[in-house]
Amino acid sequence: MSLSYRRIGRDGLWDNNVVLAQLLALCPLLAVTGTATNGLGMGLATLAVMVASGFSVSLLRGLITPEVRIPVFVLIIATIVTLVDMMMNAWVHDLHKVLGLFIPLIVTNCAILGRAESFASRNQITPSVYDGLMMGLGFTFALVALGAVRELLGSGTLFANAALLLGDAFAFLQLTIIPDYKGFLLMILPPGGFLALGFLLAGKRIIDARLQKRRALAETAEPEIDAGAAATSGA
Amino acid sequence: MGEVAVPSYRKRVGYQAALLGGFATLAAALLALGDISTRDAIAERHAEDVNASLSQVIPDALHDNDLLDDQITLDDNGRPVSVYRATRDDRVTAVAIPIEGKGYSGIIELIMGVDVNGNILGVRVLSHAETPGLGDKIEEKKSDWIFGFNGLSLDNTPLKDWAVKKDGGRFDQFSGATITPRAVVKAIKEGLEFFRAQRAALLTATNEKKAGEKHDES
Repeated sequence: MSLSYRRIGRDGLWDNNVVLAQLLALCPLLAVTGTATNGLGMGLATLAVMVASGFSVSLLRGLITPEVRIPVFVLIIATIVTLVDMMMNAWVHDLHKVLGLFIPLIVTNCAILGRAESFASRNQITPSVYDGLMMGLGFTFALVALGAVRELLGSGTLFANAALLLGDAFAFLQLTIIPDYKGFLLMILPPGGFLALGFLLAGKRIIDARLQKRRALAETAEPEIDAGAAATSGA
Repeated sequence: MGEVAVPSYRKRVGYQAALLGGFATLAAALLALGDISTRDAIAERHAEDVNASLSQVIPDALHDNDLLDDQITLDDNGRPVSVYRATRDDRVTAVAIPIEGKGYSGIIELIMGVDVNGNILGVRVLSHAETPGLGDKIEEKKSDWIFGFNGLSLDNTPLKDWAVKKDGGRFDQFSGATITPRAVVKAIKEGLEFFRAQRAALLTATNEKKAGEKHDES
C-alpha cells in the first residue's frame, strides 16, 4: 500500500504501461493513431478521465461496498467521459470532429476501470490521482509514439493539424518530413496500426533486456551500491 | 482494505440499493449541469458548421438572408428533405439540398447548392467514412475532384453522362476507388432530379412561408 511515488511513476510510464506492458485499450489505440496529433488528443482526453476517475473513486472508496463497486465505478467513469465529451464539443470543436466518435468509447477503455479497481479503490486520494496521471501519461506517450510512426510512414508528415488541438502557437510542430511523399496507405489503415504496435512492443522488450543486462553487470561489478536496483528488478 | 471492521448495515440489500441509486442520482445531476453549461456553445458550433458548409455551396453574393433561418421541408418519395434557401429581395435565388450516397463504408452525406435554373453552384462532403487515401478524394481538402460538378445541370449534361467513366459516364473515378465516386455522382444526379421535380415548390414556397409565419407562433 505504501507504494512510493517513484514506483507509481515508473509503473505508469514504462514498467506497467497501459499499452506497452498491459496491452490494454487497444481499440482506441489502433483506431485513432493515424496521426500523432490525433493520438495526442485522445491521450489527453483519456488522461483527464483517468485523473478524474482516480480522484472520485479514491474519494468515495469508503462508501462503496464490494458488492456494487463495479456498477458504481462504471457509472462514475461514464459520467466523467460524457462531461469531457460535452466540454470538448463545446470548446475544442475541431478536434471533437476528428475524435468525436472515439470519446464515448473511453467508457469502455478497460484500463480506466482496471486502475479504479486495482489502484484507486485501495489507495489515498493523492497517490490515486498521481497514478491516474502517470498511467494517462504513459498511455498518451504510447498513442503519440504509435501515431508518429504511422503518420511518418503513412503520409510523410508529423503532427499535422496540431494547431487545431493546441492553438496556433503550436503550429511549428506541424512538420512535413518527407516532401512530395506519395503516401503508404497500409500504415494509415488498421493493419499498419497492428504492425507498428508490434514493432513498438518488440522495441520495449529490447530496451528492457538491455537495461536488465546493464544492471546485472553493474551489480556484479559493484554489488554494495545498487541494493535499490536489485529490488526493482525483482518486481 | 479489511483492517477496519465493516459495519453490519453495509451488508444489507437496502444500503446497496440506496448507494447505487444515490450515485445514479448524483451522476444524473452532474450530467444535467454539464448539459446546461455546454448546450448553447454546442448549438452555436453546430450552426457555425452548417453555415460554413452552406456558404461554400451558395456564394454570399446570391443572398441577403440568413440561410439557417429559411429552411423548408419537402417530401422526396416518403423521405423528408430539409432544404435551405437563399433569397435576395424576398426572391429565391438558390437552394442548398442535403443529399446522401451509399459509399464503400457507410453513408456519405453531402450538401449541394443549386441555382434557380438547376445549375450546380457547388457540392461539399459533410461526412463520410471512406478509406483514407483512396475514397477520401471526394473531400475538397484532398482533391479538386468535387469542383468538377460546378456549373453542371441536367440540361447541359445528358442523363447517360451522369456516371463515372468506368460506367460510360464523364466523371473520373479514383485509382483504387470506384464505389465512392460512383455513389457521389449518383447522389448528385438524384439531387438534381429532386430539384427538377420540386422546383415549383422550392421556388414559390417563400410566399407560403411568409404567409404561414403570420399564423405560426414561431
